[in-house]
Amino acid sequence: MYIIIVGGGKVGRGAARDLIEMGHEVCVVERDANTAWSINNELGEVALLGDGAEIHVQRAAGMSRAEVVVACTGRDQANLAVAQTAQTRFNVGKVIARINDPRNERIFRALGFHFTISATTAIVNAIEQEVSAGLTRLTQLRSTAFILAELVVPHLAPAVGCTVRELNLPPHTVLALVIRADDQPEIPGPNTTIHAADVIIAVTQPQHESALRTALTGES
Amino acid sequence: MRVVIMGCGRLGSTLARELDHEGHHVTVIDVDAAAFNWLEDDFQGATIVGSGEDVEVQEAAGVPGADIFLALANGDNRNAMAVQIAKHIHHAPRVVARIYDPERADIYRQLGINVVNPTTILDQMVRAAAFGEDEPSGTIS
Repeated sequence: MYIIIVGGGKVGRGAARDLIEMGHEVCVVERDANTAWSINNELGEVALLGDGAEIHVQRAAGMSRAEVVVACTGRDQANLAVAQTAQTRFNVGKVIARINDPRNERIFRALGFHFTISATTAIVNAIEQEVSAGLTRLTQLRSTAFILAELVVPHLAPAVGCTVRELNLPPHTVLALVIRADDQPEIPGPNTTIHAADVIIAVTQPQHESALRTALTGES
Repeated sequence: MRVVIMGCGRLGSTLARELDHEGHHVTVIDVDAAAFNWLEDDFQGATIVGSGEDVEVQEAAGVPGADIFLALANGDNRNAMAVQIAKHIHHAPRVVARIYDPERADIYRQLGINVVNPTTILDQMVRAAAFGEDEPSGTIS
């Protein structure tokens, strides 16, 4: 697969390294000459020097034959510009955009970019997970109204000892995976019993998040 | 009309002063507070220091509820992002972006944005000034 990565910082270079190892053809567009040189030094001649938001640079990178374009510079306005030109001008099938400021997630979504990566959001989610027994939204499932959520069952939750059938689950909600305290995963059926400290991965809709949290953690 | 202008350089400040004198309600956003020196002392409008492509700075500048949002900063990427936030998140009824790159100007036009492309305009004006009636290629449209 031909993959163009715009932005050769830590994120872009790391992605390039892994994708090359997986056997993909990769081009990293980087506007800083020293960084581009250092990437070529490490990964072979994969870096193209230039501003990846410029169409002549995108053309030089062969964007019209790219199957995937990853916009992962440190500037959201550049990532948006790359994503929009890749899609509108070069008809790239899959465009992945990095979001540096989580407040910009709204505009990327509004413009139809659902494949986004946000380190800040990931870190905040991880912290939330550590400090609360509540529900963590893992990801939105493509552009559907469904999300993947993760919950940890507290020791005193009313759900402890109940079977899945007995839980008061909201509509449009499925428990997809139960990870036991010893890290053993289990695909739950109606008769699976919920234990304290179970980690539960569920598919639900945003409007049912709080009902799901109440059903499993007892917190409202 | 309520007009919010992003970018208080030569163009942004000129428009801000003109529209202010004409009685419009003008707010100017710039990342650099010193840029507001381009405005005259009798400027009645508001000034806000911040990034015009920041959804919250736009809110503070009153883009929700504004009639017109003009993105006249120096970067194409910033202007393009700012007008799309104004249009799609704050629902500004009329947005205009200055985009220097003619090819990208076309792309944003396709995406439904009013774009002013100084490069094409100046290209035509320079050709007209240089060749006058003797324009050889006939490419002025």
